[in-house]
Amino acid sequence: MAIADVQEYTHLTDDEVEQIGRELDRIRADVEASRGAADAAYINRMIKVQRGLAAAARVTLMTTCHSKKARVPGAVAGATMLGLAKILENMEIGHNVMHGQWDWMNDPEIHSSNWEWDTAQPAEQWKHSHNYIHHQFTNVLGYDNDIGYGVLRMAREQRWNPANLGQPVYNALLASLFQWGVALHDLDLEKIRKGEKDPKEMKRQLKQIWRKGRNQALKDYVVYPALSGPHWRTTIKANATANLARNLWSYMIIFCGHFPDGAMHFTEEELEDETRSEWYLRQILGAANFEGGRLLHILSGNLGFQIEHHLFPDLPSNRYAEISERVRALCDKYDLPYTTGPLHRQYGQTLRTIMKLSLPNRFTSSDSPPEPPNRPDAVEAPPVDKGRKSDAELPPRRSELGGWSRSGIGRAS
Amino acid sequence: MSATIPWERVRRAGAKLTTPLHPDDYLSLINPLWSQRELRGRVEEVVQETEDAATLVIRPGWGWRFDHRPGQYVGIGVQVEGRFQWRSYSVSSPPRRSGRHIAITVRAMPEGLLSSHLVNGLAPGTIVRLAKPEGDFVLPDPPPPRMLFLVGGSGITPVMAMLRTLDRRHTMPDVVLHYSSPTPERMIFRDELARLEEAHSGLTVHRLHTDTDGILEVGDRERGLDAVCPDWRERETWACGPGPMLDAVSAHFEAEGLEDRLHLERFTLELGGDGGEGGQIRFQTSGKEVEVDGATTVLEAGEQAGVGMPYGCRMGICHTCTLTLVSGTVRDLRNGEEYAQPNEQVQTCVTAAVGDCVIDI
Repeated sequence: MAIADVQEYTHLTDDEVEQIGRELDRIRADVEASRGAADAAYINRMIKVQRGLAAAARVTLMTTCHSKKARVPGAVAGATMLGLAKILENMEIGHNVMHGQWDWMNDPEIHSSNWEWDTAQPAEQWKHSHNYIHHQFTNVLGYDNDIGYGVLRMAREQRWNPANLGQPVYNALLASLFQWGVALHDLDLEKIRKGEKDPKEMKRQLKQIWRKGRNQALKDYVVYPALSGPHWRTTIKANATANLARNLWSYMIIFCGHFPDGAMHFTEEELEDETRSEWYLRQILGAANFEGGRLLHILSGNLGFQIEHHLFPDLPSNRYAEISERVRALCDKYDLPYTTGPLHRQYGQTLRTIMKLSLPNRFTSSDSPPEPPNRPDAVEAPPVDKGRKSDAELPPRRSELGGWSRSGIGRAS
Repeated sequence: MSATIPWERVRRAGAKLTTPLHPDDYLSLINPLWSQRELRGRVEEVVQETEDAATLVIRPGWGWRFDHRPGQYVGIGVQVEGRFQWRSYSVSSPPRRSGRHIAITVRAMPEGLLSSHLVNGLAPGTIVRLAKPEGDFVLPDPPPPRMLFLVGGSGITPVMAMLRTLDRRHTMPDVVLHYSSPTPERMIFRDELARLEEAHSGLTVHRLHTDTDGILEVGDRERGLDAVCPDWRERETWACGPGPMLDAVSAHFEAEGLEDRLHLERFTLELGGDGGEGGQIRFQTSGKEVEVDGATTVLEAGEQAGVGMPYGCRMGICHTCTLTLVSGTVRDLRNGEEYAQPNEQVQTCVTAAVGDCVIDI
């Protein structure tokens, strides 16, 4: 069974599936060919604004805390600017640079191979768990850790466990401590629970997380407060607020990408023998967009164009808006589902799912579009040889990290 | 250099404030030259030398040491259409420990995208990236007592750095310079050479205008080396110019058994393969090699050779497989785009070799 056999796609012939693949390839080629000076200026400007905000926030916090009158407005302004800076860095800059969206500029300072982002998760581990696992196995149960981050039950296909009753609490904790949830993302909590994780690799990863996380925490909770002198408490509070704001925001944006009602989950069997066109189809079905203005999209790293991002994860994010018009037209032409809606509705649906799935399935109803009917095995078509190597013929999937990991290109530690 | 130690310490302490970035990432927003992360320079002046050649006077930023040896070249990276393009050019200015500028001289090549951009399109104030000086086509210290320079066209630039150094140090030995150029107008540094010749009795300049007088027939008894510089066999020789000229020179030196006395600098690019595809891929760190056709990806080639290649999606989306292309050319099989710059990051799962190449793994 392949992705083209799920109900949403059964009206497509094999030729149409391939045609859709070709049209999406053409969109990709058009954007690649037109990348140029304006795009480079965009990311450089974004980085400038973000670093300017961060510097201004730190200076504001350090200076205003000494004046009785300016302390409170200074702390509010500082925390706001710092929160914005962290959000911009994580969403529009870090996440997208690490995807290789700006590698085409051939600028080693803005390159996926050595970008280190302003959060506790080491970039190297993020590139494995996110760029590879999440983007290749999008919404595939048992593979994609983004389905609930190893602590939440997000799909009805996942077995219920009494521990799931605590989901509303876990969810609140995950949202407010999202930075640390992401930091542990590549450890694969589920594998650790099952005792399948290689202890040596785990130790290496933990050490890396500890080193990065320590520097991040020291910066916000020791070094800058110490520089603020007697009013260090104000700076700690402002920094904690900025981190919390970033955590809540990025949690919400990320959960809106795959858990509103229209986004589907898949099983391992569904991606066996998948062609590139089928992979494209799975990305469209597994992602959800949200609508908003330009500023909202920038602050969410253009992940409101989640579908476009999943189709073309390494095209520059500032182009997703124009790409979305073409993708939407394509979806209309072939009568494909395209999930989108205002941010509050998308998050509302996600939250409803989290709450409902804390209970066993029989107490709640499904909000997803109807499941494909169960077909008796007899009607299943014989496997078609698509001329691709099957998983058994390929070398085993590697669980360690990419080539950048041991090259020793280190930033300031 | 005692002053640099506390400075380094300050920068390291500063990194605690800017982690995971470096203080330079913020400082370069104030002044683009205040960063050591990548060597940078600001173009201060563009001096038109001839109709199609110009000298760029560049002020390097932090981290640049004015210790290039006369004759070496530097890499210069310029953003064209958003993308950094790199080429190497000889430094024409003499090294100066107290220096503030370097100069490179560039001739616009008809097919050279970057060279014409540098000559015609680079405004003073532009920030460029620089790569450390390299090359062993250099002036020995102390210079040999008798020297011969054989130069064609813009091959004059590394030689100019050597002559200026000899001039500045007042150590001009017995030097003969043969300089071929199509016309007198296209001769770069024409006036300065005349001035140097006037100032130093040891310097003889032999000019050949190839549009009217034909090219230097190296082996010819009447018009060749024997005529230009009869005692060339007793001299240490440096030759720099177009490929055919250098081929003729080195063949002649070999025929006379004098190749040890000849130093060559080729400034034209070697084209990998003759438009054909596939080739030999060498994996530098593991020392493995494999011969592949143009349809085999670098990733598959590495796996064939038994190299532990990193990979993820095998379809060009996740960038797990990205490795450094040390030299050679690879082609992106999705769009035909070619990557040929040294030390460029390439996605091995969607690229195939175009001619021989070396990958760092």
